[in-house]
Amino acid sequence: MVTETPGDTETWDEITRRVLKRHKVDLVTYVPDNVLRPLIEGIHADPFFTAFAVTREEEGMGILSGAWMAGRRGILLMQTSGFATLPNVLASLPMAFHIPTLMMVSERGTLGEFNIGQTLVGRTMRPVLDSLAVEHYTMTRLDEAEFILDRSIVQAMATQSPVCFILSPLLTGGKKFEK
Amino acid sequence: MAFSPNQPVTRDQAKVMNRFDITKRMVALLRQEEAVIGGIGYTNFDLWAAERRPQNFYMLGSMGLAVPIALGVALAQPQRKVIALEGDGSLLMQLGCLGTVAARAQKNLAIVIMDNGAYQITGGQKTVTDQCVDLVAVAKASGLAQSAWAADESAFEELISLSLKEDGPWLIGCRIDNAKPADTTERDPPKLKDQFMRGLGVRK
Repeated sequence: MVTETPGDTETWDEITRRVLKRHKVDLVTYVPDNVLRPLIEGIHADPFFTAFAVTREEEGMGILSGAWMAGRRGILLMQTSGFATLPNVLASLPMAFHIPTLMMVSERGTLGEFNIGQTLVGRTMRPVLDSLAVEHYTMTRLDEAEFILDRSIVQAMATQSPVCFILSPLLTGGKKFEK
Repeated sequence: MAFSPNQPVTRDQAKVMNRFDITKRMVALLRQEEAVIGGIGYTNFDLWAAERRPQNFYMLGSMGLAVPIALGVALAQPQRKVIALEGDGSLLMQLGCLGTVAARAQKNLAIVIMDNGAYQITGGQKTVTDQCVDLVAVAKASGLAQSAWAADESAFEELISLSLKEDGPWLIGCRIDNAKPADTTERDPPKLKDQFMRGLGVRK
């Protein structure tokens, strides 16, 4: 049995799982990323969650939108470059229909990025979120993680609006450049 | 496999039917408040025209996502049968979703493909199904074993009935003509969503 009490040594992915469970967010679709690995593995190991990989990020967003309209809450996990495939779907599904899809993006392209493509596409993420008026928070500190997740999920559901959590390398350690 | 006697047929052998006619035939077979997700454009226009069931969802944009949205509904309400109505051009944009559905082995899901080999709403430009791609064969190769072309209207009704009665996932390919849709869906997304959620019993 997984305990529900926060410990001093809790990692960002353990905090995330605990808060998702508190809010009955039990459907997880993802296009994987190295930084997200501990979260994805923890979710797969926990029978509370139904979790599977999708072939494209927009497919995951479609699944979550259908699930929410039918009474089930979910979250889409992806990396920065995957987020960049989403603007059309974000506009025409969750924004147009007022559906609170939850997104979590592992931030690439900054603080030690080694792939120029990730750096360039990473710069589009916040302008896209801002231009669509999608609520987003960049998570940089362990001691703020629970507050940001908890309050933002409450707000997303209450206002029927999507929210995007950006996991900064400051929180996760990011992906290290190793030749 | 429990396919009807006049199956299987290839895409070339399948009769070219009318979208509004077969949509009406499908809706007439729905008795258990089954959910229907209408893909963008004429696919959902004819669903709207057939009957404004509260369990119908009409997409506006997000081309290619009828199957993923239907899979989401099916995951949330496993006791309810869910049908995705999708056009050939839309499905071609999101072929990976067939593998996702197959991997989930989603029992309560059926996919109906309306294939006229054209992007009809934008002026009838050809899709690749007109030239070489057989979407039922793609579905089978993606792991959806229970996939078939509807030979004609009666075979279509038989396949729909089978998909409502037996475990899925199912995929039914329909060749359709280029007739205009019978009506135009009201473009009011929050209202369409609210009606759908009430139809599914999520809102009272």
